[in-house]
Amino acid sequence: MSSFRLQIVTPDGSLFDGQAEALRLKTSEGYVSIRAKHADYIAALDIGMVTVTENGKSRNAACGGGFLSVEKGEVRLVATTFEYADSIDVERAELAKENAEARLAEVKEESDIAIAKAKLMRALNRLNVAEK
Amino acid sequence: MSGASMKQIKTRIKSVESTRQITKAMELVATSKLRKAKQRVENARPYHEVMLNAISSLQAGVAESPTVFAEQREVKRTCYVVIAGDRGLAGGYNANLFRMVRSMTEGETYCVLPIGKKSLEHFQRLGADLVSTYFGVTGAVGIGNCVQMAKLLCDGFAEGKFDRVVVAYTKFQSMLSQIPVSEQVLPLTLTSGGKSSYSDALIEGSAEDLIAKIVPQYVSGILFSTLCEAAASEHGARRTAMNAANKNAGEIIDTLVLHYNRARQAVITQEITEIVSGAEAL
Repeated sequence: MSSFRLQIVTPDGSLFDGQAEALRLKTSEGYVSIRAKHADYIAALDIGMVTVTENGKSRNAACGGGFLSVEKGEVRLVATTFEYADSIDVERAELAKENAEARLAEVKEESDIAIAKAKLMRALNRLNVAEK
Repeated sequence: MSGASMKQIKTRIKSVESTRQITKAMELVATSKLRKAKQRVENARPYHEVMLNAISSLQAGVAESPTVFAEQREVKRTCYVVIAGDRGLAGGYNANLFRMVRSMTEGETYCVLPIGKKSLEHFQRLGADLVSTYFGVTGAVGIGNCVQMAKLLCDGFAEGKFDRVVVAYTKFQSMLSQIPVSEQVLPLTLTSGGKSSYSDALIEGSAEDLIAKIVPQYVSGILFSTLCEAAASEHGARRTAMNAANKNAGEIIDTLVLHYNRARQAVITQEITEIVSGAEAL
């Protein structure tokens, strides 16, 4: 399978820089898969699972939002948070999930609810990716 | 000189020595923290670069659909994000930054988003208009907080609460030199360098939606990298300040020891003179 240049960067460092064969991710509109020779493309990412295929092997990762750009065949994934399934701290995610649920039950203001919901989504996403 | 003054000098020496111990420890701590902070700056750099790259091509790509975030309005009110430290004893680190902010804000209507305890205290004392007092501790601010701050700033900007957002922080130039600088974040400065190949890129969803989602992320990315840089500067400034304090303490101790020895000598001389004159009197 032909490959393309993929860069995955987060504020904590670069997590992938090299050739990949496929990249599956969740944009604001739903899941898409990027292959080599994709047209120029920009999309905002949603909280969801990202799958990187390299040398025929796939790795799952939890992504906490960001955006994707494809320019002249080079793919750049700029993520706010990005963790491969094996490096997810399940205990922490569980804790975050419980905290967010508790917080969601008690707060009433809309902005607080939005924050708590986003936290819950991220925690659930991590747990979901870690289980697979 | 008498025994009493000798004792005084001795206590002074002791107190300066214990101060030196503290400043030495602080220097070591600052050095190791600086190393970590520099590592963080290095790690955040590719993110920052890719982000900048993408946002400028994006701007070119959606130039025909102008966004509120790139709108150049008449500046009635500026929001300053002032990133300072949580603690003092870092030389001129905090003071220099505040001085720069003061000269910038002169005669302007402004509000401040203080980050760091010293920044919060400073602007509370000045009675400045604060956007939020939530980010009082620099050390604990992570990317999550940056996202919140960015949301706050972008919403405020879109609603017209302020017409310009400027980040003031201390740039890490080298181990010895850190300079306060300011950067405009919003409105976006369009770097429409001619035609971009990007202008016919596919866009998921509508361009407006996309910009509305990406700009806050871009702002939070900028905040995060400036925060990392400011942290490195703080440790650098503290290290330099503590190094100077160490040297100073060493000098003070040297002079005090000299004084002490002189006093001791004087006491001995006096005693001998007394004995000799006592013997002569016999």
